[in-house]
Amino acid sequence: MIADHQTPPFFKRGLPASARLTIYMVFSFALLVADLRLHYLEPLRQGVAILTYPLQIAAATPAEFVRKTSDYFSGLISLQRENSRLKAHQLGVASRILLNEQLRQENENLRGLLQMQAQTPVSATAAEILFSARDPFSRKVVLNKGGRQMIEPGSPVVDPAGVIGQVTRVYPLHAEVTLLSDKDQAIPVVVERSGLRAVMFGTGNGLMELRYLAANADVHPGDRILTSGLDGVYVPGLPVATILKVGRDNAESFARILCRPIGTVERTGAVLVLARASGRLERPEDESADDTQRSSVGRVRKPVTSRPAEAASAPAVATTSAPREKQVP
Amino acid sequence: MQPTNRSSRLLLPVRMGFVMLSLVVALGLNFIPVGRFYAVPDFVALVLAFWCVREPHRVSMGTAFLLGVLVDVVHGAVMGQHAVAYVLLAWASGVNARRLLWFSPLSQALHMVPLFFMVQVVMLVLRLFAGGRFPGWEYFFTCFTTAILWIPVHYLLLLPQMRPIDRDENRPL
Repeated sequence: MIADHQTPPFFKRGLPASARLTIYMVFSFALLVADLRLHYLEPLRQGVAILTYPLQIAAATPAEFVRKTSDYFSGLISLQRENSRLKAHQLGVASRILLNEQLRQENENLRGLLQMQAQTPVSATAAEILFSARDPFSRKVVLNKGGRQMIEPGSPVVDPAGVIGQVTRVYPLHAEVTLLSDKDQAIPVVVERSGLRAVMFGTGNGLMELRYLAANADVHPGDRILTSGLDGVYVPGLPVATILKVGRDNAESFARILCRPIGTVERTGAVLVLARASGRLERPEDESADDTQRSSVGRVRKPVTSRPAEAASAPAVATTSAPREKQVP
Repeated sequence: MQPTNRSSRLLLPVRMGFVMLSLVVALGLNFIPVGRFYAVPDFVALVLAFWCVREPHRVSMGTAFLLGVLVDVVHGAVMGQHAVAYVLLAWASGVNARRLLWFSPLSQALHMVPLFFMVQVVMLVLRLFAGGRFPGWEYFFTCFTTAILWIPVHYLLLLPQMRPIDRDENRPL
């Protein structure tokens, strides 16, 4: 009997370790669920982020200093080379800039004649990538501008070459950008050559994938992919990726299309945070009617695959006006 | 010859200020942006585990939980991911503390490898459940680099508590 009893504690030690472990594990799992499922923890995150920001910057500064120092000593020759390259680039761009103003006016006039919605000018904020976030399970970078500089969650982020991602979390002084190559980060796109519409998803290993395109879809390696602007988030026509590999397997109804991002993702440098494209486009009403017709006539699988392709057949702007015309007859 | 608790060379009592400072420095080291380089040691886990072994009554799961939340926010991870892992690490190190102190720093480091590995696995499992991607096998390098650092950190963190050895023939302690 006596052997069963534990020795009475001489000193007050509080709860036993196992009890404390249970309590803290419950707390941690509560945090996990509240963050993943319920999204309640953004205020807490904001508060903690403000507290840790000085430490974060203190840690990032020496690393940046080292990088800048090596840049400083990078030598005269590489600078001269870069200078001449930039001058050549400038010459190439200058002619386009001269033409741009004229084309813009012409475009405005034509749009006026066609009575189409005027293109809204996009406001942009320049920012710099501080570093890439250390979470190995996702692909994110941190910008040096945040809510104080009017950066909003959801804004697309572009670098000189193309879209790199989307602002997903905004803190007062910095912001997190989820890169396009992050797993399941989606962006609606259009294939430049064929006008085919699709949704592109990140694969997580630095590449992207065009999903839900039929096995015989008109895509080839090397095709450029632009944003379609259907989502009301991304401005239409921004370059996103080039197609790397098209796998057509007869066993599957969809083609497996891998793409490489155009923007120099995951590097420090200057980027532009664009304002969200205003005005969400209405979903065309006749499309669902078309789908039901087809599914009753054709194969069962077809409507699913044909939906993006069908939307793609109409040019970008016409989607808003087309349904009204089609409804008349 | 009787076994001696070799690591318990007579030490001054620890100052909590120094413990806090070391944890803050570890946090700072963890916040250094390294990009996509995986084998970076987890300094917070290292220092936390060290104090959990050395001072299990002062530094344990509460500290681990707080540090975990801080690291989660800064790394942009899911809230609670590091907290779960660090709380488990603190508990495991606290439970093994008395046993570990009988070993030399090198053997201690070897003992810590499975614990740091557990931290990695817990986080991996949680994130895979949450729909993250598998980061590749390089991800597990971290636990080895962290464990290697146990040896220098062992001397570095005990330095303020050490006092000069003046052997006295008449008093063996």
